[in-house]
Parts: sequence; C-alpha cells; structure tokens
Amino acid sequence: MGFRTTPLLLRIVAVAGALLLSGAALLLIGASPVDAFGLILSGAFGSPSRLAYVITAWVPVLLCSAGLLVTFAAGLWNIGIEGQVVMGAVFATGAIQALQNTLPPASVLLLAALAGLLGGALWGVFVGTLRFYGNVSEIFGGLGLNFIAGSLTVYLVLGPWKRPGIGSTSGTQPFPPSLWLPAFKGFHVSPVEILLGLGAIAAIAVILRGTRFGLQLKAVGKNQRSAFLMGIPIERRMLLAFGLCGGLAGLAGWVLIVGTSARHNLFPLISSGYGFLAILVVLLADLNALWSVPISFFFAAIAMGSLQLPLQRQLDSSLGGVIQGMLVLFVLITQGLQSRFIRQERR
Amino acid sequence: MKVQLKDIHKHFGSVHANAGVTLCVESGTLHGLLGENGAGKSTLMKVLSGFLSPDRGEILLDGKPVSFSSPAQAVELGVGMLHQDPLDFPALSVLDNFLLGCPGHWLLDRRRVRTQLMELLAQFDFQFDPEALVSDLSVGQRQQLEITRLLWLGVRVLILDEPTTAISAQQREKLFLALRKLTEQGKTVIFVSHKLEEVTRLCGKVTVLSHGKVTGEVAMPCPTDRLVRMMFGQTITIRKRSTVPIGQPILELDHLTVGDWRLEVKSLSLKVSEGEVVGLAGLEGSGQQLVMRASAGLLRPEGGRVLIAHMDMTGRPYRQFLEAGVSFMPAGRLEEGLIEGMTWTEHAALVERQLPFWVDWAMASTNAARCIQEFNIKARPATYVEDLSGGNQQRTLLALLPPHPRLLLMEHPTRGLDMESTESIWGLLLGWTRSGTAILFTSSDLDELLDRSDRMLVFFGGQARVFDARDATLEQLGEAIGGKGFE
Repeated sequence: MGFRTTPLLLRIVAVAGALLLSGAALLLIGASPVDAFGLILSGAFGSPSRLAYVITAWVPVLLCSAGLLVTFAAGLWNIGIEGQVVMGAVFATGAIQALQNTLPPASVLLLAALAGLLGGALWGVFVGTLRFYGNVSEIFGGLGLNFIAGSLTVYLVLGPWKRPGIGSTSGTQPFPPSLWLPAFKGFHVSPVEILLGLGAIAAIAVILRGTRFGLQLKAVGKNQRSAFLMGIPIERRMLLAFGLCGGLAGLAGWVLIVGTSARHNLFPLISSGYGFLAILVVLLADLNALWSVPISFFFAAIAMGSLQLPLQRQLDSSLGGVIQGMLVLFVLITQGLQSRFIRQERR
Repeated sequence: MKVQLKDIHKHFGSVHANAGVTLCVESGTLHGLLGENGAGKSTLMKVLSGFLSPDRGEILLDGKPVSFSSPAQAVELGVGMLHQDPLDFPALSVLDNFLLGCPGHWLLDRRRVRTQLMELLAQFDFQFDPEALVSDLSVGQRQQLEITRLLWLGVRVLILDEPTTAISAQQREKLFLALRKLTEQGKTVIFVSHKLEEVTRLCGKVTVLSHGKVTGEVAMPCPTDRLVRMMFGQTITIRKRSTVPIGQPILELDHLTVGDWRLEVKSLSLKVSEGEVVGLAGLEGSGQQLVMRASAGLLRPEGGRVLIAHMDMTGRPYRQFLEAGVSFMPAGRLEEGLIEGMTWTEHAALVERQLPFWVDWAMASTNAARCIQEFNIKARPATYVEDLSGGNQQRTLLALLPPHPRLLLMEHPTRGLDMESTESIWGLLLGWTRSGTAILFTSSDLDELLDRSDRMLVFFGGQARVFDARDATLEQLGEAIGGKGFE
C-alpha cells in the first residue's frame, strides 16, 4: 500500500486533491494559492544556494527513511525515530567535545559519526527491549523515549554543556569551522552528506532485497507467528531492525550537528521533525527504497521552499507541513477507498 | 416459547454450514443439539440468536415468523444465547456488566437492579458478589452471570453452546439444576453439545446434525451407539495399514501435565517411536492440541517431562526442538504456517538450512521449482502462497519441512482437502515413516484416524484413552469421543 502501487490516475487525483485542499486553506486565510505555491517553488529551486539548502535538508530525511524502511519491513512502527536522531546528535556532540582538542579534525568527525550511530542505535534497541521484555508497544515506548531524549538535550544545554558564561536554550558553544563538513566551493553542500544519504538508502535496499536478514525481516513483518514457527529468531531480528534504524537516525543526528546547514552545536529540538517527516516519506513510498529518494527530496523541497512564505509574505512556513500532511492523507484515502471498493467487488 | 426453524441455509464461502435445517423445539422443554465439530450446530444457533442472518429459511417463534438484524433484537423478542466463551467485560464489576445490557435508560438505577440481580441469583442458587470484578470470577460463574443477565432481559428461549467445556463438575451440576428449573418455569432451553452423556442425562429430545443437515431426531433415553451412528455416519471399512518397522522411541511424554485457561491434561504418558503413526482424536479443545504443542516445544509443561530421542527437552525453547529434528505443522495454513504476501521462492529461501549472508535468488528459484515438482504442487516459483489451493498449501508446508524430520507433529493435515490431495499427502508421509520419521497427528476425521494410525489417543475433557487402530471400530471411537469410558 503506497504511492507506488496506486494506479496512475488515482495518484494524480491524490496529489491534485492535496493541492486543492491546501489552496482552499490558503484562500481561507486570504492568500493567493498560486502565489504561495510559486513562492514555495522558487524558494526551493530559485537559486543555487536555495537548492543547496534543500539538499542539506534532504539528507537527514533520507537517512531516517533508510532506517524506517528496515523497521517497517519488520512490521514495526518506530515512532521513536525522533528520539534516536536526538540521541545521535547528543552522542556526536559528546564525542566532539571530548576529542576536539586532542585529535585531528577528520578523526574527530569520523569518531563523532560512529558515536552518533551508536547513540541512535542504543536508543532504538531500547525501544525494542521495552517492547519484548517490558511488553510496551513500540509506539508508546518510542514516544516516551522521544520526550526523554528531548529533555536530556535541554538538561545538557543548560547544565553540563552550557556555553561559557551564559547558559541558554539556544544551544551549546558552536564548534570551530574545522569541524564542519567540507562543502563544494560556491555550492554550499557537502559531498559527504549526499554520499552518506544516498549510500544509506542503497545499502538498505540491497540488504532488504538480497540478504537473508532482509528476507527474514520481511517474513517477520508479514506474519510473526509463521516466521517464529519456521525457526526465525523474531525477537533478535526485530531488535536488530531497531538498532539499524536507530543507527541511521543517529547518523542523521550527526549530520544535523556537523552538516553544511547545521548550526554546529547541540540545541533542543535538534531533530526538527525530520524523523516524523521520514515516516510520511516511507509510507508514501510504499516501503520502497527507490521511491523514497525522490519523495524525500520533494518533501525537503516543500519544507525549505515554504521558509520563503514568512519572509516574503505574511504567511506562516507551516504551510509546507500542511501540504505534506495533505499529500499523505490523500494518498492513504484514495488507497483506502480503492481497497474497500475492490473488497466489495469481490463479495 | 415454541421455536421453529424451517429450511435454514447458511454458506461461508464454499462451505455449506447449514444445508436446509428444519428443527422444532416445543415450549418448556430441554432440547439437545448434538453433532461433531463443524456439523453446523453453532452456525444454526447463531442464526437463531441473531448473530448471523440465514441465506435462506424461516424462523418462527410461537408460530410467528421473525427475522433478527442483531443479537439485541433477538433478545428483545425473547431469544438469548450463552456463548462458548463468555462475552462479558472482565474489567468491570458484575453489576456493571449487568447494567451494560440494560436497554433504553440513560440513568441507571443501580440499587433497583442490584436487588433484582440478587433475587435472580438466589433463585438459582448462584453465589457471587455483585461488586466483584468479572475477571475474578471462574468461567462457571461468568456463565451463571450471563444466564442471569439474559433471564433478566426477559429471554424465554435460552441457547447454551457447549456450556460445560470449561467448568467444574460441581458447577455443571448447578447449571443442570438451574436449566431444569427454567423449563419448569415454562422456558425453552436448547443445549448444544458433543457430549453424549450430558445430552442423554439432561435433554428430553435430541436432534443430531451432521455436515449441515439433520441426521436424526430422537426422544431420550436412546442408546448411545444409535446417536454415534447419527453423528458420524455408518461407513465401516476394513482397515489396512502397511507394516512399517517400529524403531526406537523418538517422543516420550512422561507424566506430562499441560494446560491453558480452560483445560488441563494431567499426567499423560506416551511413547511414539520411529516409523510409528499415532493419531489424536477428540473434539476440538479436548486436550489434543495442548499435547501436540507441548511436544513441539511451543507450550511449557506444568509438570512431567518431554523427551526427544531420549534427551530431556522439558522447558527448552522451541528452536532447540527444531534443532532436535522436531517439525510442527499447524492447522492454520496461512495463519501459522505460510506467510501471506510472499512467493514460493521466498519461502524456499527462508527455510534454507545453510546460513549464507546473501540470498542466492537464482538458486532459491531452482530449488523451489524442484520442490514444487517433487511434491506435485500446482504452483510456479513466483506464485504467492495465498493464491494456492488448500491442498497445494498443505503440500507446500510439507515441502518446506526439513528433509526427514525425526518427529513430525501435524494438526489436521488433510482438513478441507479432497480425496486425491489427502491420498497424495499420506503417500508422502508413509514414505517418510519408512525412513524412520515418527508421526503424531490430530484429526477430526474418524476414517482418517482409523486408516492412517497405528495407535490412537482419544481425548475427552483433558483425559486420554488409547486405542489400537487395528481392532478399534468406528463406533468405539465415536463413543469415546463423545465421552464414553471416561470418568
């Protein structure tokens, strides 16, 4: 179920419906839909620097989508992905703070990436552990851990990691430019980011399609009981799925700390909803790795493009979120209606 | 209230659960409805109580045709059903459960209802506290609560679907007394059961269903062998079983005690040896599933030991049973066996014993094609398992088992399959027994049990009796399934 398997006509209907309803919402607040959509487009693609912004926002969504492809394949709702992004950022910040004065910058960045991966993975496995040994649904466990991770950043930013002199929620002391990911000259995007994002999606696609682990995950996701009776260690597979997803989310957290569009410090709400956005992406892509690439790009473009709305008009940038949400709802609705219609025909 | 059902038909997909049932129950009588699993008893009673609507046919209450759109409407017209599993709200108190079904009032008069409840309870000698939580009551007490509730709602026809499966002997006596009292008050009771003894003791008249049709109606008392013949039909054939040499014991159950919330099998001992086929008979939920799942390592025994090839496996995880050569084939082909949404090739790759990191899809597809041919399955490697017919799904399950299992546990291996599929599956299995596989299977088909087993265990209420398949008769088996010979 998703965008990919929906007939073309229905897909067009869904997208048109989402745009129409978003437009109606705009009319309701007295703005011109055409103007607003135009602004979003030009905001996303109007200049190389804007495109660069879109790309840097795209990478964390790509990484989270890659992770979610794994947990969704196993039939798990990893709502805790936001917290996993945050913990990745926290671990990465910790690593940088501990190592920045002793090791060369490249090693610090690499170790920070590994720390981020570890932080996210641990937070992910924690959700899984709660589910299997504490009987807590991964949805509630993940949600709870999201809050804890968020509170932890506030504590760190105001407490142990506060800026010299003034501790404020604006974040920790920014890292020196030597610890920023190197960008292209004149195009503010780091090749490391892009390779990481696309590489992660590709790797996950290969793992899910070509490995025994991927096949077993699919089996677990489709029918846990049968998978168990076939002798697949379902709990270990699911924990591994949580760990893998959390690790990739943690890498996204690292990108949010050291990436080209980052503020280069740790601040509360650093995950910025990228994890949740990725959930929408993967749902819309029908759990298909290839499709999540353009869809996440599209979502990043809407998110970045809509930042122009408050700058150039008296409109709120949350309109981008409205469009994204509408899209997902419309696609799910058309599918729901479609499957309902088919079922009735079968009767 | 007099109940008449005329020519009731009900289909579920291709299954004709009720094929023209006509039944008349006189007012103020205790009427038994007898039949094996799947005979159509529950379907018929669900039609009568408004849970299902018939495809065809007529329901008359006191001579007036009625049709129900919901169970609530049936209750309003005076027909209430007590289900096999209590349909109550365990988290609420007895009184709240009572009030929930109370029709038409926004404001609840707790005190008045409480008094009425206490009166009804006293009348039938049911003892429990109206403020107790339903989850703290026994199954028997929950039944009593449900009966009281239905009576309070003004039901004049009470249907009980296998009410005695999960309750103690003491509570059963109490229930029977209450039912007799009800008929004295002029109420009509329909008692659905597969237990010959209970039906004979309790009912004035019994209707027997088999394969969705009425096969007989008799006034009690009536000899049990006559009832058995009506339940199971009359085919008596001469049994042949090829002689496979019996080897070392593979499965040993040593005073096994195993149970779930409704039933306990106590201290069962059984040995199944290489090449041997043992059939487990009994009506659904008599204990055979518990024994099966305990032998597969899926259910932890409460007492006793499970040995596989002389090795004590009691309490070990399911995976170790698999590694010890135990294979379990569940009854739910698409629920517990195969994985809907995955192809034959994917299944073949999943059960591949070697552990390569990468899946070799070309090889998996070749393997799948070979298995499909070997097991005579109508499928292609790319076919999704849910698109296969029942027989082909069953053969697929067999094909996916590790080669030459030491112990094969099968629940209803040929249920719903045609003759040809059944023959082909047993042909395969017989081949395996020749190379030493021990087989334990459950079935509700008496002919299959007699034809294929060396020995049979008949389960009734958690107890088991052993029969030698060579000299057992269909009648003996049928009577045992109905509870004859058990304490």
